[in-house]
Amino acid sequence: DSGERVRKPPCHPSPVCLLFPPQTVEHGFPHQPSALGYSPSLQLLAIGTRSGAIKLYGAPGVEFMGLHDENAAVTQVHFMPHQVELVTLLDDNSLHMWTLRGHKGLSELLEIGRFTLTGPPGAPPSVTRVTAVLAHTSGELLLLGTEGGHVFIVEVPGFRELEERNISLDQVAASVPDDYIGRRNLEHVEALQENPINPNQVVIGYGRGLMVIWDLEKRCAIQHIPATQQLESVWWTEDGSYILSSHSDGSYCRWMVGGEDVNDEEEKSDIPYGHFPCKAISKIIQLPTEEGPPFLLFSGGMPRASYGDRHCITVIHSKTHVALDFTSRIIDFFVIRDGLQHTGDPSALVVLVEEELVVIDLQTDCWPVIQTPYLVPLHSSAITCSHHVSAIPLKLWERVIAAGELQNTHYSKKPWPITGGQNLAPDPPQRDLLLTGHEDGTVHFWDASGVCLYPLYKLSTAGVFHTDADPNDNMNQGAEGEWPPFRKVGCFDPYSDDPRLGIQKIHLCKYSGYLTVAGTAGQILVLELNDEAAEQTVEAKVVDLLQGQEGFRWKGHTRLDVREEPVLFPPGFQPFALVQCQPPAVVTALTLHSEWKLVAFGTSHGFGLYDYQQKNTVLIKCTLNPSDQLAMEGPLSRVKSIKKSLRQSFRRIRRSRVSLRKHHVNNTAKVVSGLQEANARLEAELAEMELAPVQRKIEARSSDDSFTGLVRTLYFADTFLSDSSHNTPSLWAGTNGGCVFAYMLRLPPVEHRADEPVTAQPAKEIQLMHRAPVVGIVVLDGHGAPLPEPLEVAHDLARSPDMQGSHQLLVISEEQFKVFTLPKVSAKMKLKLTAVDGSRVRRVGVAWFCSSRTEDYGESGLVVLTNQGDVHVVSLPHVKMQVQYPCIRREDVSGIASCVFTKHGQGFYLISPSEFERFSLSTCYLVEPRCLVEAPLHSGSSSQRRSQPDGASSTHRYTQLEYVSNCDTSTRFFFSRSRRP
Amino acid sequence: MNKNHRVQSSRSLSAVEVKSKFGAEFRRFSLDRSKPGRFDEFYGLLQHVHRIPNVELLVGYADVHGDLLPINNDDNYHKAISTASPLLRLFLQRKEEADYTAFGTDSLTRKKNTVLSAVLLRPDTNRKKPPVIISLPRDFRPVSSIIDVDILPETHRRVRLYKHGQEKPLGFYIRDGSSVRVTAQGLEKLPGIFISRMVPGGLAESTGLLAVNDEVLEVNGIEVAGKSLDQVTDMMIANSHNLIITVKPANQRNNVVRSGGGGAASGSSGRSSDSGASYYGYSSQAAAASMPTHIIQNFPVDELESDDEDLVIEAGGEAEPIRRAPSNYSMPSLPRYEPHLNLRTATTSVSASALSINANGTLPTSGSSGSLSNTNATSTTSSPDRAMERRSLEEDGTVITL
Repeated sequence: DSGERVRKPPCHPSPVCLLFPPQTVEHGFPHQPSALGYSPSLQLLAIGTRSGAIKLYGAPGVEFMGLHDENAAVTQVHFMPHQVELVTLLDDNSLHMWTLRGHKGLSELLEIGRFTLTGPPGAPPSVTRVTAVLAHTSGELLLLGTEGGHVFIVEVPGFRELEERNISLDQVAASVPDDYIGRRNLEHVEALQENPINPNQVVIGYGRGLMVIWDLEKRCAIQHIPATQQLESVWWTEDGSYILSSHSDGSYCRWMVGGEDVNDEEEKSDIPYGHFPCKAISKIIQLPTEEGPPFLLFSGGMPRASYGDRHCITVIHSKTHVALDFTSRIIDFFVIRDGLQHTGDPSALVVLVEEELVVIDLQTDCWPVIQTPYLVPLHSSAITCSHHVSAIPLKLWERVIAAGELQNTHYSKKPWPITGGQNLAPDPPQRDLLLTGHEDGTVHFWDASGVCLYPLYKLSTAGVFHTDADPNDNMNQGAEGEWPPFRKVGCFDPYSDDPRLGIQKIHLCKYSGYLTVAGTAGQILVLELNDEAAEQTVEAKVVDLLQGQEGFRWKGHTRLDVREEPVLFPPGFQPFALVQCQPPAVVTALTLHSEWKLVAFGTSHGFGLYDYQQKNTVLIKCTLNPSDQLAMEGPLSRVKSIKKSLRQSFRRIRRSRVSLRKHHVNNTAKVVSGLQEANARLEAELAEMELAPVQRKIEARSSDDSFTGLVRTLYFADTFLSDSSHNTPSLWAGTNGGCVFAYMLRLPPVEHRADEPVTAQPAKEIQLMHRAPVVGIVVLDGHGAPLPEPLEVAHDLARSPDMQGSHQLLVISEEQFKVFTLPKVSAKMKLKLTAVDGSRVRRVGVAWFCSSRTEDYGESGLVVLTNQGDVHVVSLPHVKMQVQYPCIRREDVSGIASCVFTKHGQGFYLISPSEFERFSLSTCYLVEPRCLVEAPLHSGSSSQRRSQPDGASSTHRYTQLEYVSNCDTSTRFFFSRSRRP
Repeated sequence: MNKNHRVQSSRSLSAVEVKSKFGAEFRRFSLDRSKPGRFDEFYGLLQHVHRIPNVELLVGYADVHGDLLPINNDDNYHKAISTASPLLRLFLQRKEEADYTAFGTDSLTRKKNTVLSAVLLRPDTNRKKPPVIISLPRDFRPVSSIIDVDILPETHRRVRLYKHGQEKPLGFYIRDGSSVRVTAQGLEKLPGIFISRMVPGGLAESTGLLAVNDEVLEVNGIEVAGKSLDQVTDMMIANSHNLIITVKPANQRNNVVRSGGGGAASGSSGRSSDSGASYYGYSSQAAAASMPTHIIQNFPVDELESDDEDLVIEAGGEAEPIRRAPSNYSMPSLPRYEPHLNLRTATTSVSASALSINANGTLPTSGSSGSLSNTNATSTTSSPDRAMERRSLEEDGTVITL
C-alpha cells in the first residue's frame, strides 16, 4: 500500500525481526531433569534432561543451553575438574564433550566431541555399557566403568582409548581373595571415586558390594573392601583415610583405607532408619568442618513400609538430624563449600528434584531455604493462564516487590551461592511483569524484564472462599520427636484443594494498581494494591447471565461458597469486590477499565458489565443462542455427547476383549470353529476401524452450532459509535458465533461518579457472515493507530488518540481480519487467513515495534499465533501480512494455547508444564542471555596434581568465552530446529 | 443470529407492506398476508397501481438474503409474501428489456448492487444487451456447476457448490489418503485428501458431481498438497459460502469430453488427454498456459469473496437501559444489508461460462481467456462507481437505520 510506504522513512530497517528463529531464552524449570553436575571451580551447575538438553547456570543471568543430536536422556553430567569442559553420558551410551568457548567477548556452549566405547569384536553390549564415569582431576582422563565390570580409560578431550591402562574385570577378579563370596560375579561398576589426596588411586565399587582401590600408576589393586550388600554409592573422605559406602538395604559403612590389609573389617556400619527394612541409600557424602563434627548427607534410606514413598535427603551435623522431605523424586544433590579452593565448610546443599531445584543454607540455624533466582518452578501449581504487562511504572513495581518481600521472610538471607560467570546483558530497558494464574487460585507475579524469571509476589484468592482445605493445616512441621525428623521443603505442590478456584483470566491496570482476576467457577474478583494488611468482608454480587432464558439447565459445578465473615488480607493485592456468574461457568473473557472503574466479563452464556466503584452491575446480556437452548440440555450437551461416544467406544473395545478372553478360556472345550469365528469377528472389527479413517465433516457454520454464545473477547473503547462528531465510551463483545455486540456507555461526570448510575445501551450488533469466533476487537484512531490503554494518556505515556479523523473497527475472527468504518459499520478491508492457507487465529495481540536504530520510529502491528504454530505480523491499519515464522510445533496444542504476547513484540509460551519459552519479533526488545565464563586459574588447588604439561600454566589463562543464544550459534539454532517436526 | 426470532415477532402483522418500483417510479400499497390471492390477480394489481395495463412485466423481489428473485407463479408469489419482513420490495421490468442475469442467488451475490442499482436507478441508460440466455431462471437457483472445463485437464473437475441461502447442508466428509502420481522421478506415492463420505440429501450428493474417493486437489484455487486434513477442512469451511473444489474423480468415465475440433475455439482445450492424467502433467500444462495454477479462470480471486455480507443491526436511539429490557429486547430493529466490498459492474461473460446444472444443459461456453482481463479491468474501474452507488443507495433509503 502506497500510504504505508510513504510513512516509512526511506532505507529504514524493519523494526520487525526477520531472523529465524525468534526464540531467545527459556524460563522456568527444565522439564524432566535427569542429571545434575557442578563445577566448584567454575561455580556453574549443569542440568541434563530426559529430552537430551543440557543447561548450565551460574550467577543470575548466566545461562547456557545445548541440545544433543540424539533424542536420548542425559544420565550423567561431569565437569572436567578445573576446566571449562564437561562430559555428558546419554542413555544411548554415547559420551559427549562440551565446552564454553569464547566468541566476540561472550561465551557459548559448544559440543566439541562425541564418543562411544567399542569393545572387542563379538563382545556383548554390556561390556561397553557405561554405568559409572569419573572425570579425573588431571583433566586428561575419563574413567568409564561398565555394566560388564570393566573400567575403560579414555584420554580427553580427544576421546582416545588408552587400552593398555584399562582395568578389566579379570584383572580385578584375579586378585580378589578366594574367600570373598566364593568368587561370584562382581557385577557392574557402580561407583568410581578418586582419592582426594592421591589422584593415582581410585576406588572401583562393584554392584555386588566389593570395592577395590586401584593404583593407576602401578596398575594393580592396593586394597579390597569386601562389602557384601548391594552397592549404591561410594564416597572417599577428604583426608583420604576413609571410604564410605551406601547400600541397597538402607545401610552405610565406613572403611579404613590403609596398607595392604585385605581383611580390613568395616569400621562402622549403620542403618540410620533401621530395625525394619529400609530403602536404599542412593548417595552419601561426608564433609568436614573447620572445627567440630563433619556433615553427613545421604539420600534415601527411609523405612520401606512406613515412609517408602517419601523423597528424602538426610543431613546430620553434630546433634542436628533432619530428613528434608521433598515433594518429588530426587535426581541428585551436591554441597557447595566455602573458601577460595572450595574446600572449606559446607555452605549450601543444592538438591535437584524432579520438579524443582532447592538450595538449603547450611550455615544459618534451622537450615532455611535460599530463594532461587532462576529455575523457579512455574508449575508449583499448574498454570491455568498468563498475562503480561509491559513497562510497569516504578511506583507499582516497588509496591509489588515490597508486598512480596513480606511473604519471603522464611527464606535465608544469604546470597545465591552459585556465582559463576558474568552476566553481560544490558540492563533491561523497562520493567515487565508476567502474571501466571494457577489451578489453586493463586496468581504469581514474575519479573519478566530479563533473562531470569524471578518471583516477586504471590497472590492467593482462596481466602475469599470456603474451601475443603483447612487453612491451619500446616504440613511443614511434624510432631515433636517424630522419627524420622521430617521437614517439608520445596514449593512444588500439584494438588489443588478445589479446581473451581483456578484462575482463568487476569487483567492488571499498571497505572492504577487495580487488578481483576476471574476463575473457573464464574467468579470475578476486583483487587486493589494496599501496602497494609486489612481485614475486610468481600461482598459477592451474583449475576444471572441467563436473563430468564427458559429450558436451560446448568449441569456443571456449583458456585464457590463465599466467606461471610471478614477475612484478614496481607499487604498486597486485596479483593474488595466479587461478582459470581450464574450459571457458574468458567469466565472466558475479562477486561478492566480503571479510568471508568468498570469491569466486563463473559462466560459461555453471556457477558456483564460491573461498576466496581458503586459495586453494582450495569449491564447483563445473555448471548445464548435461542435455537441452541431448544435442546433443553444446556451447553453441556456437546460435552455429554463426547462422553457418550467415548463410553460407547470403550464399551465396544471392552466387549471385543471380553469375547476374546472368553474364547481363550473356553479354548480347549470349544470347537475350533468358535475360535475362528472370534478371530474373523476381530478381523472384521479391525478392518472396520481401518475402513473408517479419521474424517472431517465439511459443513458451513450455522447459528445452531453449540457454544456460539461463548464470549471470546471484551473491549472498552472511547470512540464514535452513534455519530461521527461525538465520541462516547463503549463496550464491545465478540462471541464464538461470529457476533459482535457494541454498547454505548454513559458515565456520570466525575463529581457524581459515586452516586449517579452508569448506563449502557445497545448500539450495534454485527453478525459476521462467516460466523467464525471473534477473538479480538480493536478500535483504530484517525491515524490508524490502536487506541491507547486506559490512563495511558493521562500518565503521558502515550500519544492521545486522534479523535478528528474517522475511527475504524478491527474485528479479528479466527478466520480473518476485517476493518469496518465507524460510526456507520461498513466493511472497509479485510485479510483472509483460513480461506487461503487453512490456519486459524489462536492468539492475537497488538504490539508496538520500535526500531533499534532510530528511536523515534516505530510501527504498530498485530501479532498473531495460528493453530499451525506460526507467528504472523499483520500491519495496521492496512491489515497486510508482513512476516511469518514457524514458532511452535503444530502438535503442541497446549504450547499454542498458553502463548501470551507483550506490547513490544515479544511472547511467551509453555514448552512444558514448567517452562516458558520466550521469543521476540522485535529487533529492539531482545531478552537473551549474554554471559562470559572465565576459565579457572590453574593455580592448583592441590599440590598433588601434576603440573600442566603445556604453557597453559601461566597464571592468566584468561579465556574469554562467549555465547549468543539467538542468531549466530549453531547450538542454539540446532535446539530450536530440532524441536520442530 | 436470532434472525428467525425477529421475523416471527414481526409476522404478527397481518398486513404486508409492498413497495413496488418500476423505472424511476414507485408505488406503495399493502396486502393481507393471510390472503395473498393468486399470482395473476397480483400481476393485474401491479399493472393497475403502476398504470401500465398493457406492459408485459417481469416481476422480481428482494428476499431476506437480499437476492433478487422472480415472481412468476403462485408458489413463489406466496413465498415472497410469507417471507416479507415486513416490507416486500418489488422490482418491475419490461419483459423485453429484462436482464435475466440479475436473478438468482449467485449472480446477485456477486453483482447485487450493480444489478439493483441498474434496475432501480438507471433503467434507461445504455446497458449491454443481455447475453445469450442459457435458461430462464424462473424457479431455479443454481446449486452447483462445473467450471473451467476449458483450462483443466480432462481428468480433473472443478466443482462449484452454491451453499448461499440454502437450507441444505453441504454434506460431505474428507479424509487423508494416498495417491500415486507421475513425477519427474517416476511413480510416487504421495499423501492426498479424499472425499470419504456423502451425506444423503446433502448438496454435494444432490449435484452428482462429487463422489466418494474423489481426490481433492484444490480448494478455491489453492492447492491442498502439503496441507493437513484439518487445514483443508478449515479452508473448506471458511469458503463454504462459495466452495470451489477441484477434484480428480475416482470414476474417470464421466469426464467432460471435449471435441477436438470444437475445442479450437477456446484455444486451450485441444490438448491431448493422456498426459493430463498425472498431477505433474496438470501442473506443467498450467505452466504452459503461462498462468499460475491457483487461478480459477472463470472465477477470479476477487470473485470468490462473496461472504462479505455481515449483518449489522443498529439499535434504536430510544432504547432503554438494558437492565430494564433484558436479553430479549424487542426493539424495532431491522437487518440492514451492507453494500459489500466487491461491487463491480456486471461482467456478463463471467457468469455465462458457468453451467447451470439444473438447466440440465452441458453447453460448454468459451470466452474464458477474456474473462480474466475483463475482471481485472472492472476491478480497477469499479471504485468510483462503488462510491457513487453506495451514496445513491443511501439516498434511496435501502439502508434502513432505525
